Amino acid sequence: MWLRPVLFIAVLLAVWQVAIYRRPGQLLPGPIGVASGILDLMQHGLLLRYVIASLFRVTWGFGLATLTAIPLGLMLGWYRRGEMAFYPLVQVFRPISPLAWIPVAILWFGVGDLAAIFLIFVGCFFPLLLTAMSAVHNIPAVYFNAGRNFGLSSSAFVSRVLYPAVVPQLLIGLRITLGIAWLVVVAAEMISVNSGLGFLIVDARNAGNRYDLVVAGMVIIGAIGLLLDLAMRSLEQVRSFHWSSSED
Amino acid sequence: MSSAQAVVTVAGAGNKLRVQHLGMVFERDGEAVSALEDINLDVSEGEFVCIVGPSGCGKSTLLNVVAGFLSPTSGSVTIDGEAVSGPDPRRILVFQERGVFPWLTVEGNIGFGLSKLPRAEREARIAHYVQTVRLQGFEKAYPSDLSGGMKQRLQVARALAVNPDILYLDEPFGALDSITRVIMRGELLRIWQTERRTILFVTHDIDEAVQMADRVVVLSSRPAKIKDILIIDIPHPRNISSPHYLELRDELLKQIGLAYEI
Repeated sequence: MWLRPVLFIAVLLAVWQVAIYRRPGQLLPGPIGVASGILDLMQHGLLLRYVIASLFRVTWGFGLATLTAIPLGLMLGWYRRGEMAFYPLVQVFRPISPLAWIPVAILWFGVGDLAAIFLIFVGCFFPLLLTAMSAVHNIPAVYFNAGRNFGLSSSAFVSRVLYPAVVPQLLIGLRITLGIAWLVVVAAEMISVNSGLGFLIVDARNAGNRYDLVVAGMVIIGAIGLLLDLAMRSLEQVRSFHWSSSED
Repeated sequence: MSSAQAVVTVAGAGNKLRVQHLGMVFERDGEAVSALEDINLDVSEGEFVCIVGPSGCGKSTLLNVVAGFLSPTSGSVTIDGEAVSGPDPRRILVFQERGVFPWLTVEGNIGFGLSKLPRAEREARIAHYVQTVRLQGFEKAYPSDLSGGMKQRLQVARALAVNPDILYLDEPFGALDSITRVIMRGELLRIWQTERRTILFVTHDIDEAVQMADRVVVLSSRPAKIKDILIIDIPHPRNISSPHYLELRDELLKQIGLAYEI
């Protein structure tokens, strides 16, 4: 199962290296150049520092968005009237790219972590809100009726029926949104801070056109993005969480 | 057998459930649609009553009103003299499909309504009802690993575990294949005979009704009124090719307005 993709990537890398060797130029560094760029970053202790800086911002922005958007979304999904009031507003804010908020973020929070965290928060908030709202709408009525029939109190109903019923959809929404957060952090770091993987990329270009470091940064971003996605997927595989995919 | 519009009590111990002049009107696109009209029905303790009628006639609506999930627009439902005002764990409704919680194991589902019991008692009850519906060996399985018939047995077990005095079943075997359906009827009858609950069973399957019920309530098409109530006076186990069985089944077919021949 692992053999094919690994082999395929190895072939691609070889082709890339051969192509660079046959036509050396300034267009792109080769895999060996990129690898030595990564090594270079590691030796200077920059790699770990930048990765931690980026993950720190994502954790806060994504975490705050999760803590606010999901309870609010579940509530709005539950109380249809609240949803009717909120929905147009959500639909206006949702299509605004989080990058459009950059000037506002800098105005409010200055250049620094807070601005980047705010941008990630904005980028995650609306998708999560909509996920939570639709998760409530998609609960089959029969679960509500069964829950009511057994005489649950409202708090027991929330924890024993509503919550487990929405978890599978929330996990999918969280996974997709974490991907968004990882996209936004790179963009945010290019403008509003001076550390992190996004900063690494602009900085490498500005400070002497070190394209080996630019591509090294891209590779690291891709690899960490993949790891984050795998981590979320493994959460979806928890037995009592992933029921929806196997039902019907 | 002769049918009787009047109140008939079969199994003896007085009226458990009484439905009086029940009416239900829905609002649909600004228009009033009548679903139930002047339904009167008495069910005795321990009795097995089937409700049949053409599809879409309001059978399920009637069951949902009786179970307290819907409020009637007129008339009343009383159980042991007490008016029904909402769903109640003393009366459990078994749904046609997706009634079990897919995030809980078999044990978790059966124990769903038992969270207030002490642990030991809860576990004993779960074990008992796993036995009753013959799901031994599947205690830790999730519903997605069970067949359709097993899921319905699980739903019945979850209902029985809270010790309800009435079971409402809303076409519980309607989504099963015909062989499983016949097996499930036998299982439900066996459980009913050992546990002795009052059962109100909605079905569109005429054979199902004649095979199981003490009485069969025939509803008309929408708005549903009680057309007739048939007494099925054949002791269990029923011989489904006996002349009397066939006679009752034909009577029921006629009531619903179906010919004997296709």
